[in-house]
Amino acid sequence: MRLKVNGELIECSAGTVAALLEELGVSAPAVAVEVNLAIVKKKDFGTFALKEDDQVEIVNFVGGG
Amino acid sequence: MGKDGTDDRLVIKGVEFSSRLWVGTGKYRSNEEMALALEASGTDVVTVSVRRVDLKRAAGSLLNYIDLKKVKILPNTAGCYSVEDALRYARLGREAGLSDMVKLEVIGDEKTLFPDVIGLLKATETLAKEGFIVFPYTNDDPIMARRLVDAGAACVMPLGAPIGSGLGIRNPYNIKIILETLNIPVVVDAGVGTASDAAIAMELGCDAVLINTGIAGAADAVAMAGAMKHAVMAGRLSYRAGRIPKKLYATASSPLEGMLL
Repeated sequence: MRLKVNGELIECSAGTVAALLEELGVSAPAVAVEVNLAIVKKKDFGTFALKEDDQVEIVNFVGGG
Repeated sequence: MGKDGTDDRLVIKGVEFSSRLWVGTGKYRSNEEMALALEASGTDVVTVSVRRVDLKRAAGSLLNYIDLKKVKILPNTAGCYSVEDALRYARLGREAGLSDMVKLEVIGDEKTLFPDVIGLLKATETLAKEGFIVFPYTNDDPIMARRLVDAGAACVMPLGAPIGSGLGIRNPYNIKIILETLNIPVVVDAGVGTASDAAIAMELGCDAVLINTGIAGAADAVAMAGAMKHAVMAGRLSYRAGRIPKKLYATASSPLEGMLL
């Protein structure tokens, strides 16, 4: 399945947000995920189904003032 | 409240802050240096930014260098130039951090990084309605500060000077008017370049000071973090002690009585 993740096109086999995070090796303690501009709650990561051409944003905290 | 200031706590919308020095986590030379600076500052609240996870390299998470048992995370919306972007980043920050606090920035101009106060007001109103505890970064304008309170801000964060400028508190009189006008906490954000700047903010009666570049950009960030800690404490104690009025002419400290004729 083709997805756009953080601005880049990728091919992946993950069907859910949780599976995508695992496939990408994202294990940060505090991440937030948006799919097509809507936030996916953490509790829904395991059930939220991704589909072809979804635009996914995965964010975390970095240093800032 | 103890005279030594040790139990002089700040509470904003039920969130208790043991430190009146708030510290930013940007621009340190390394995460290790940041961790040492945070420790030296004695802070219990740090600002962070929300950005894309770097998928190409497994960068160590910032949060691995912050003691989350002691320190609260205050996500900001830095880099947002529109209300829509600020709302999006605030919501993502809340989802990532599980706290309702947001340091709200709606920036108006790249060169000055001054706030777009019209956008800021709109974003404050929307986020307050969504249950956020909104800390808006604003100008040193007392009328705007009042409007932000009306819009639901939990505190206001007037700038001392442009972000990262180190120019200090450029308009202490306006900050004083904001303090006298509002009945919610006032936290000076931006412009503090050295310890005396922080002390001046606190002597005016500000409830706290947020510093990033002033610490991270110092030649010895860890030492400056310690200096800022003491300055904020000294300024707060001085404010509570009540300074003497300024006078043009001298008043003798030693008695005239008993002098040799």
